[in-house]
Amino acid sequence: MKIFLRCLRMYPKETILAPLFKLLEACFDLCVPLVVAAIIDKGIKGNDTALVWQLCGVLVLLAFVGLGWAITAQYFSAKAAVGSAARMRRELFAHMQSFTYAQTDRMGTSSMITRMTSDVNQLQTGVNITLRLLLRSPIIVFGAMIMAFTIDAGLALIFVAAIPLLAVVVFGVMLGGIPLYRKVQNRLDRVTAVTRENLSGVRPVRAFRKEGSEIDRFAAVNREQTSLQNKAGILTAVMNPVTYVIVNLAVILLIRQGAFAVHEGGITQGQVVALVNYMGQILVELVKMATSIFTVTKAVACGNRIGAVLDMPAGMAVTPAPDGTPIPSADTPAVVFDKVTMTYEGGGAPSLHDISFTAKRGMTVGIIGGTGSGKTTLVNLIPRFYEADEGTVSVFGLPVQCYDPEALRESIGVVPQKAELFKGTVRSNLLWGKETATDEELWEALEAAQAADFVREKEGQLDAPVEQKGRNLSGGQKQRLTIARALVGKPEILILDDSASALDFATDAKLRAALRELAGDPTVFIISQRTSSIRAADLIIVLDEGRAVGMGTHEELLRSCEVYREIHESQFKGGEA
Amino acid sequence: MKQKHTNTLATMKKVLRYLKHYRLLFVLSLLLAVVVVGLTLYLPILTGDAIDLIIAPGQVDFEALSPLLLRGVVIICITALCQWLMNISNNRITFGVVRRLRQDAFVRIQSLPLSYLDRRPVGDTVSRVIADADQFTDGLLMGFSQFFTGILTILGTLCFMLTLNLPMTVWVVVATPLSLFVASFIAKRTYNLFKKQSETRAEQTALIDEMIGSHKAVVAFAHEDEALRDFDEINGRLETVSRKAVFFSSLVNPSTRFVNNLVYAGVALIGALICLSDAGNLTLTVGGLSAFLTYAGQYTKPFNEISGVVTELQNSMACAARLFELIEAETEIPDAPDAAVLTDCEGRVELSDVSFSYTPDKPLIQDLNLALESGQRVAIVGPTGCGKTTVINLLMRFYDVCDGSIQVDGTDIRNMTRHSLRENYGMVLQETWLSAGTVRDNIAFGRPDASDEEVVAAAKAAHADGFIRRLPEGYGTVLGEDGGSLSQGQKQLLCIARLFLCLPPMLILDEATSSIDTRTELRIQNAFAALMKGRTSFIVAHRLSTVKEADVILVMKDGHVIEQGDHKTLLEKGGFYAELWGSQFEA
Repeated sequence: MKIFLRCLRMYPKETILAPLFKLLEACFDLCVPLVVAAIIDKGIKGNDTALVWQLCGVLVLLAFVGLGWAITAQYFSAKAAVGSAARMRRELFAHMQSFTYAQTDRMGTSSMITRMTSDVNQLQTGVNITLRLLLRSPIIVFGAMIMAFTIDAGLALIFVAAIPLLAVVVFGVMLGGIPLYRKVQNRLDRVTAVTRENLSGVRPVRAFRKEGSEIDRFAAVNREQTSLQNKAGILTAVMNPVTYVIVNLAVILLIRQGAFAVHEGGITQGQVVALVNYMGQILVELVKMATSIFTVTKAVACGNRIGAVLDMPAGMAVTPAPDGTPIPSADTPAVVFDKVTMTYEGGGAPSLHDISFTAKRGMTVGIIGGTGSGKTTLVNLIPRFYEADEGTVSVFGLPVQCYDPEALRESIGVVPQKAELFKGTVRSNLLWGKETATDEELWEALEAAQAADFVREKEGQLDAPVEQKGRNLSGGQKQRLTIARALVGKPEILILDDSASALDFATDAKLRAALRELAGDPTVFIISQRTSSIRAADLIIVLDEGRAVGMGTHEELLRSCEVYREIHESQFKGGEA
Repeated sequence: MKQKHTNTLATMKKVLRYLKHYRLLFVLSLLLAVVVVGLTLYLPILTGDAIDLIIAPGQVDFEALSPLLLRGVVIICITALCQWLMNISNNRITFGVVRRLRQDAFVRIQSLPLSYLDRRPVGDTVSRVIADADQFTDGLLMGFSQFFTGILTILGTLCFMLTLNLPMTVWVVVATPLSLFVASFIAKRTYNLFKKQSETRAEQTALIDEMIGSHKAVVAFAHEDEALRDFDEINGRLETVSRKAVFFSSLVNPSTRFVNNLVYAGVALIGALICLSDAGNLTLTVGGLSAFLTYAGQYTKPFNEISGVVTELQNSMACAARLFELIEAETEIPDAPDAAVLTDCEGRVELSDVSFSYTPDKPLIQDLNLALESGQRVAIVGPTGCGKTTVINLLMRFYDVCDGSIQVDGTDIRNMTRHSLRENYGMVLQETWLSAGTVRDNIAFGRPDASDEEVVAAAKAAHADGFIRRLPEGYGTVLGEDGGSLSQGQKQLLCIARLFLCLPPMLILDEATSSIDTRTELRIQNAFAALMKGRTSFIVAHRLSTVKEADVILVMKDGHVIEQGDHKTLLEKGGFYAELWGSQFEA
């Protein structure tokens, strides 16, 4: 509700003007039955042809003026709805950009995307409907009642009785229907899940000959969904017939009581016609209102989902550097971990436990360990993608919390485990590393990443198109391009997170040789499963279930660290035997 | 345009086939609609008659009025009841048709060739089964509830109006198309704006999808400002075009209402003039005029609704067409009725002159020959994307060879049932796949009747028992979609455990241990080695240490087998394999 109201407040002028013009239009609509009553009572009964012409002229005039008010109202409401939705979208996008890794993990990508797209669209429709229709219907309903009072207070009491009754029906069906429809929607999610799972696992499903049981599983969820839909349908199918009954019984009652009133000379025949017409208008408006209320409730729900995102505090706090911090010199170590412990949100045991090490400038640090031993977690703390719970991570002599996160990350080149590229060209992807890089610099990076050959073979070379997520490239090509992207910025610290896994041994070896020759002598962190990739490192950290079980050079570790020796032997026993 | 029209008709015919299942309900719904529309239209006549009995003070005919009003009450109640029943049967028909459509689509997916499914993103097919079917439901329901009653109302009103007065009816019939004309005039103008809007929206969604989907990469490269700049540019364009589209499309209602108001004024004028001119003949009473005015309002309303419904129906037919595309997609060639059932498989596999390509213009595998005795081991090595997985696709008959043949135990695999062939293969793929369910269900995927002891034994053999026991509910832990929070390596261990439970005579291991750390891998390799004894095995690996023991090594590059032989011969040959082998020991 908060977000919904905020949208309305963004355009205060339009939010007031749109319903105001709608009100004017509604007032003109309400005048029509009165004019018709006058035609009957004064024109026809008074045998006044000129008056009939005049009154019909008034009807035409009312139509024109009503059109003018309506168009003005539509313009203001379109402006307010579209404008506030656009602002909301921007706010969301900017807010999500400042999310930390932990927040992204918690939200989940697909949920973030639906909020920015379909939720905001629903909100836009809701605001538009509210300004245009929702306010019009109560005006007409109550307006009709007030007009009834101007005709005859006694007969108007029928309106007073019918309207709350109608309200109870409309809102009752809605309140009863909303939870039912939520259930239907949840069931649909299940149908989606079964379908998606079946499609993504075609090979296993067929290899294990599970087609039959998959069909049964689908049939079950599908049937469940249908029966829920029918159940919800029975309730909503009630609304129109019941409102029809109430309104028309009220009409019958109006005629009966009207007959007495006319008999006693209280009102005229034309006025009875007017009262019947007012009752008819209420029915039309109620049907409209029911559909628009559904839309608006949905919009409010979507607004709440958006609000939940905006309420999440974004960004990371930057603490100023403590006084007396020495200005970093050439001797200041590049990265220092001091008793670092880190636990993921919702993860029971710490993923990193009491890690301490120092990486001097220009060093190559290898990190090795089993699946889930904390290798990626360790390097993610250096650019402050996650925060350490205990201990400090320092880069160039300062704790990472003292840097502006963007500035910190610009000096660090990261090649993530999963190669991610973006729609555009080879060039546009590489420029992520450094916006102002020249072609020469780009080729230099491509050469070092062993990607120059295949880029040169592509049509357009640097301008060769890259599809979303780099779908038109092979796994190895993607990895090499992401490496090149990190190298373009000539980072002072380079992190390669198992980035050569899709490369064959020959290319991997060439890549490692090129990395050793990099200009600027960056500090390099290499995560790998293979000892061959890191054996030349100045420092190797062996991780096992979040703890550093060995630290040293290849030779030292072979002598002193059993885990390392086992890893090494598991890979080389075959070859060296 | 004409093409589109015939397509819509063709789709409509197919939808009608599905309606056949609900023949009775459908007829009932039609009958109820006729009753509802008829009675709804009769009611204004009744009220008109009643009003004519209330002329002036002292001139009210109470005796005639009471039965008239009583009849009104009965009619109202019957109408409401019929309307309710009609709504319910419409719901049943629509939801039923959609359920059948979905079911048929899903059944069809199970027999579609992999070449069809591989070519299309999963999301596309899912959106056909889910979103398109949903949109179709909405359209069909709206079509039922509004299109049909709308047309009946127009026809009925026309009849009733004719019984009341001819000149006024002529005026209404002549003037009403004006509102349709206005509506279609605006719709044509807004169509382009809406197209532009959905294009811009798609552009923005793509950007959001990329930047949010790869949020971690955006953060890592401090790319936030650039992303926001791109976003703002598109967002601004979207706002402009949306505002225009929303505004212009919202003009339809006031404009048609305006035309209707003019028609109404005309009716009032003509009616009043008739009343005035032949007051004596009583061809038109005041009550009649009041009824006519109600009809004039009712007559124009369905026109507005129907133009909306037609767009909606067209849209929903487009969705149905996408769904039918799936339901009617060509299936795999079914197993021949006389297809052999592979039993007591020995595991002799022979590939003779096999050629295969995914697209005719890009030949991939050519003239591949390979003869394996029972229990032999083949390793397929080569750089990424060289066609290793293709060989497996052919062995399992996920794809059929283009030329040549593959035989198992001397029978061409195209002459045996797919199920019996696949039953004799056990496979672990690089891309793990787990279904939503418990750990136990997932391990017992190939043999749901396995006992708990067997499941645990299989997990132990795959070195998965340890981590499974550490899960909150052990073997009963429910995994989310695609394994939920398990690591890639853990998922792979579960897939391997599946294999240990089935133990078929032939094995396929496609990078089966790629995500598992090398220490665990070494232990699994030992288990695999025991497993492979006496079983014909195909192993795809890029870690060469695992392939050394193989009887035959196929070295592939760019889809071709460039070298073939055992480890020793290939090393001596000093070719591509020797180069690959050497490179893994370089520091």
